[in-house]
Amino acid sequence: MPRNLPKTDVVIVGMGAAGGVAALPLTNAGLKVTGIEAGGWLSPRDFAPDELRNGARNWPQSVQKAATEAPTVRATSDEKAVQGGHPMMNAVGGTSMHYWAQSWRLNPWDFEVVSATRERYGADRIPADSTVEDWPVGYEELEPYYEKVEYAVGISGQAGNVKGRINTSGNIFEGERQNEYPMRPLRASPFTDLMSEAARNLDWNPFQGPAAITSELYDGRPPCQYHGFCNKGGCHVQAKSSTAFTTIPKSVDSGNLDIVTYARVTNVVTDNNGKVTGVDYVRGNETFFQPADVVLIASYAYENVRLLQLSKSRAFPNGLSNNAGQVGKHYLSHHQGSPVIALFPRDLHNWYGLPAQGVAIDDWADDNFDHSDLDFIGGANLWVHTDRKPMSAAKMGTFGKVRNWGSKWKKFIMENADRSNVAYIQKTTLPYEGNYLDLDPTVKDPMGFPVTRITARYRENELRIAEFSQDKMEEWYRAAGAIEIQRTGLGNAMGATTHAYGGTRMGNNSETNVVDRWGFSHEAPNLGILGASVMGTSGARNPTLTVQALSWRTAEHLANNWRSIVG
Amino acid sequence: MAGKNPNKNNKKQESEQPLDPSRRNLLKSAGIVGAAAVGSGAASNVIAQDSMRANSASSPITREALEVLTAEEAETLEAICDCLIPSDENGPGAYEARAVHYIDRSLASHNKGVRENYMVSLEAINNYSKQTRGEPFYRLIKDYQNSILSGVQTNKVPGCAPSGSGFFSMVRSHTIDGTFCDPYYGGNQNFVGWDMIRYPGIRLSASETDVAQGAALEPNHQSAYDHETYTKMASNMAMNRRGGNSNA
Repeated sequence: MPRNLPKTDVVIVGMGAAGGVAALPLTNAGLKVTGIEAGGWLSPRDFAPDELRNGARNWPQSVQKAATEAPTVRATSDEKAVQGGHPMMNAVGGTSMHYWAQSWRLNPWDFEVVSATRERYGADRIPADSTVEDWPVGYEELEPYYEKVEYAVGISGQAGNVKGRINTSGNIFEGERQNEYPMRPLRASPFTDLMSEAARNLDWNPFQGPAAITSELYDGRPPCQYHGFCNKGGCHVQAKSSTAFTTIPKSVDSGNLDIVTYARVTNVVTDNNGKVTGVDYVRGNETFFQPADVVLIASYAYENVRLLQLSKSRAFPNGLSNNAGQVGKHYLSHHQGSPVIALFPRDLHNWYGLPAQGVAIDDWADDNFDHSDLDFIGGANLWVHTDRKPMSAAKMGTFGKVRNWGSKWKKFIMENADRSNVAYIQKTTLPYEGNYLDLDPTVKDPMGFPVTRITARYRENELRIAEFSQDKMEEWYRAAGAIEIQRTGLGNAMGATTHAYGGTRMGNNSETNVVDRWGFSHEAPNLGILGASVMGTSGARNPTLTVQALSWRTAEHLANNWRSIVG
Repeated sequence: MAGKNPNKNNKKQESEQPLDPSRRNLLKSAGIVGAAAVGSGAASNVIAQDSMRANSASSPITREALEVLTAEEAETLEAICDCLIPSDENGPGAYEARAVHYIDRSLASHNKGVRENYMVSLEAINNYSKQTRGEPFYRLIKDYQNSILSGVQTNKVPGCAPSGSGFFSMVRSHTIDGTFCDPYYGGNQNFVGWDMIRYPGIRLSASETDVAQGAALEPNHQSAYDHETYTKMASNMAMNRRGGNSNA
């Protein structure tokens, strides 16, 4: 039997990018919060500038809970799913410790794909097998929460539209903002200058992208030192605005947040009336029951869905909040692969760059261009950045110029190690019938619980965007003087990814969605869900800032409506 | 860069002859030429002495054993690595970087899942080499080695695991890791990998001026773990040790 603990007001499952933000408005409102986290506390001492440790050794993910329960993957339901790796990490701060830290707002179009497409191009332009819906929340409603997060965690960037005033140094296509970013963008570099100039020559609109990285002294944290080990590495000076260094310590300081580390939640407990009463978790060899008035599930998309599917009860025989059969549906992995790779005739000076120090093009994203004569909807954000490390540089493609080993190859990389660049292209991705998450029938974690099974593949709309955006990317590289271009394949199965969406989608219709417009379950009124699992579209940019804005909004709604939600 | 390698000329000769006289003497002195049974202790000496030769310009290597590979596997792998990233007229390669030392250690830690593939494939390559050329792979001249390795890459050498091309791709990737990783892990000895591609080294802070200099920036030749902040154990912090030989 689990050991019963004293009751708390709110349990948050997962102290990462989402839960770590939600804790702040809750604890500021005086609510007692218990954060249950599968990982532990990390410090800047844990983040050595070590490419092998971040990459091949995959520290610390390889030694953590997530690695033991990686999803299995297949493209269609008639294939056998195969287990791969897990892209996320467990820690206080979660993956916000070691992500690239690009911190975008979605474009207003991403919230209203159905109605905007119907209006501009006709309903038949929405892919027939897509289950996409308009969000129940528009950009304008989320805008204040974007701003709260940008200031609370610390985002650097250049606004392109403040109260309708367009600034061509920023993103002229972004939704209207009420205020500037709290910090100027990360600095430019010889390479970003080269690419910006090339884009302007094409009459495109380049701009430095927004990042959860300090560009100046902010809230007691020093500015970025540009040493460049952000990718799968934490920041050695806390310049990366992880929740572990921002909202979480503030919540702890309030005296209202207790964090239980190295604890894995195995079950969300419900009573016979369908209300949640708390969570069971395992820590070491002991099992505990943590009672709470409200439970917020804030683990990653795969784990949010899996925990609901594993939490079966009399009121929810098919898994928690799943009486309508929607848990696991409307799943999508962001189409962020299929890059274009370029070779330049001179050094690019990228040895000390970072993934979030780069130039973006939004001219071909969302509905920023006319799709009347095109065979897809949506688009892609084109991103070039300055990150380069020696091992990955030596593994560069050879553009068909030499065999990939031996003396000629060695001479090739000696000359070209700092001359290539790989574009990062994020594309509008939609949910479809036949793309879903469920429990794997055979593969289990070490505790004996089935892991998540991903059944999903990209469809025509995504593949057409991929091809279109590769054309644009090649045009941009050529304009900047690239002498060789390599394209990669357009994509097939949606593997486990850092950008996973859906499975507990947010929407007004309780027959097709798991949570309501505030992020609370349609079926269990005191259960909230945080994370990209509530998002119904991906947009063409990284999800974290939108996840955090939604989390803040759900938490604030809970604090303001405590009595009616607790009941 | 070529001038940095005092052993380059010796290395060159060795790779062009079936069995380099100096290596023959080395094997003789270790007592394993013509011996039917190879004692692991003696074989380790050979590797250690080879290693010392490779590092004669720096501190000698002491108390070092193979973690996973047998002596013959290590020698075979070393020959493969030397084909992949050769020591040549353009300077040192995987041999001087001690990529094999790195791979051996990695097979006891983060690469332990592929140990079997190494053992099976290295044996298959030696078997094929003996059948077609009458000698194990590591005793062949470089041209023959390159030709067999091409055969591995194109699935023409039977018995490799998970396949010829699969093994080739893995060993290529690990050889690059061992040549260009932080020297803490036992490879990239004396920073030969980073110098090869003109990576100026790890810096905790990079100014705009540093970036503007590009490859002209003076290499600082530091391991991440030369910075006290990141030393693995508190007891190491006082020792101010250089990267290179610690256990991975």
